[in-house]
Amino acid sequence: MTLMKSLMGAVASFALTAGMALAEPALIFDLGGKFDKSFNEAAFNGAQRWAEETGGSFREIELQSEAQREQALRRFAEAGANPVITTGFAFATPVEAVAGDYPDTKFVNIDGWMPEVPANVQLIAFQEHQGSYLVGMLAAMASKSGTIGFIGGMDIPLIRHFGCGYAQGAKAVNPDINIVANMTGTTPTAWNDPVKGSELTKAQISQGADVVYAAAGGTGVGVLQTAADEGILSIGVDSNQNHMHPGKVLTSMLKRVDVAVYNSMKAGADMETGGFTVLGLAEEGVGWALDDNNASLISDEMKMAANDARQKIIDGDIEVVAYYTNDSCPVLDF
Amino acid sequence: MMDFMTLIQVLDSTVRLATPLLLACLAGLYSERAGIFDIGLEGKMLVAAFFSAAIAYVSGSVWLGLLAGIGASMLLAGLHGLASITFRGNQLISGVAINFLAAGMTVLIAQDWFQQGGRTPSLAGNARFNPIELPFAEALSGVPFFGPIYAELLSGHSILVYIAFLAVPGTWWLLYRTRFGLRLRAVGENPAAVDTAGVSVVGLRYAAVGICGILCGIAGAYLATALQAGFVKDMTAGRGFIALAALIFAKWRPWQAMWACLLFGFLQAIALRYQNIDLGGVVIPVQVMDALPYILTVVILAGFVGKAIPPRAGGEPYVKER
Repeated sequence: MTLMKSLMGAVASFALTAGMALAEPALIFDLGGKFDKSFNEAAFNGAQRWAEETGGSFREIELQSEAQREQALRRFAEAGANPVITTGFAFATPVEAVAGDYPDTKFVNIDGWMPEVPANVQLIAFQEHQGSYLVGMLAAMASKSGTIGFIGGMDIPLIRHFGCGYAQGAKAVNPDINIVANMTGTTPTAWNDPVKGSELTKAQISQGADVVYAAAGGTGVGVLQTAADEGILSIGVDSNQNHMHPGKVLTSMLKRVDVAVYNSMKAGADMETGGFTVLGLAEEGVGWALDDNNASLISDEMKMAANDARQKIIDGDIEVVAYYTNDSCPVLDF
Repeated sequence: MMDFMTLIQVLDSTVRLATPLLLACLAGLYSERAGIFDIGLEGKMLVAAFFSAAIAYVSGSVWLGLLAGIGASMLLAGLHGLASITFRGNQLISGVAINFLAAGMTVLIAQDWFQQGGRTPSLAGNARFNPIELPFAEALSGVPFFGPIYAELLSGHSILVYIAFLAVPGTWWLLYRTRFGLRLRAVGENPAAVDTAGVSVVGLRYAAVGICGILCGIAGAYLATALQAGFVKDMTAGRGFIALAALIFAKWRPWQAMWACLLFGFLQAIALRYQNIDLGGVVIPVQVMDALPYILTVVILAGFVGKAIPPRAGGEPYVKER
């Protein structure tokens, strides 16, 4: 009996130490889904890269409904995962609620905002307006009609933030340019409605747009498809989407969620928390994509102008106004 | 506010947006007229969208894809029939289950087959329904007024659009001018009378559910292989429910169903074209336009504009003897 007891004890303590040593990171994808070819997929790619380079493994869950947010956070925290990385602004509130109960677990949220950041939470924000500014410039230079389009997913401040930077970049190149902006909807289905994305694209084309920027998750698949079918240019978002229709996607606004996830996983349980990490052009957190698929669409002049503006934004010579500053955009009405 | 060409473009968009609604609405009409409530239209469209895109991609033929989509949709329709006709289960619960099943299964199978994260690869060439140019569309487009209407609005849709609109008189004829239609309507109102006349209630209801499956299959295939070039998870985005709203709005009648679907499609097209509508000082936000189909349906259901009376035996499983 005693032997049994000590054996059990040994096994238990071994399991415990094993559990401690294998504090795997966990990644929770937002409702858009892991393979949205965009935001969440970028997060997955970052985690995958970390796993391949370090030979480690990570735990993951794809949410199916709003109600699962807190549950998923608690399950991973209880299971000893560290850090727990969440993607999407909607996770800010549940993370804030849960973080206090698990002081030894580090939580990371990408895109979220909290008035006071708990000591074990790190928020990662991207300067999307800076990246959008650059693709806006490229769009204005590529446009022949003088009208360009913007198609957002769900109508939330973050997406307006994208659109606002885009409009500012376009206006910087051509002050008279006409920008048609549409949002797909006001519910989460707006992230996965390619049919509506297609119709919006057709409506914008009939209003003269010949370059459309889609910041709309899975809905963007329809936008890019219709743009390619109708022979106009499109701009992808978050991940590099140039390969989806080679020669028809002008560029993609890169938001390096993969880098953020990779760095968080690499830092592991020792990562610094309790504040904001802001990734902009200078940190290569945002940017625009140039590869074999769109090389023929980007002239040297366009490339120079975009790189020049990039440097000026980093140096502070150009200031791109964030939509959040006063909840409105100086050059575009939504 | 709107010139003639803009109006044509908005109406063109209306036709495209109304077609999946119309097919799903007619599907619901057959089923509900026979006394089987079906809130699983959404799920059936979704599986049809997936299988049509998947098979069209693998085989390279959109027609095989369409058949596969119809087959998958009929399979789910059969399941609904089994649950609600043979086993006399609750029709609403069976419909909800079908929606969940479709949402999960499509992504799961898509991931297993294509490893592209619950979507199918993009379709090209013959794997898609391409627009049909009606004869002389090009030549007549210069004719004032009628030219643009013919060339832009009537011509240049995929064949499924024409099938959908032909299905409206077809449905009317079948329901009101044939023996089958009379019996089908009777079985939704008073199945006991039909049974007394020696006609199989179960057989008629299965037939109605089967037709519903075919039409939902075409609707799903239209979304994935005509409007889009592939399947994306949850791509039906609530269209099955708007179709149900249109069905109630139309008071379960075919011609009215077409007008209801066109109206709802038109509202969507307007909302897509103009974000916020400025009516001389009053701005209507786009959200109001998106919500209008549901608001109109509630108004109808509340009895403000006529009365929407569903088939009397709807939702009741038929029990021969008590």
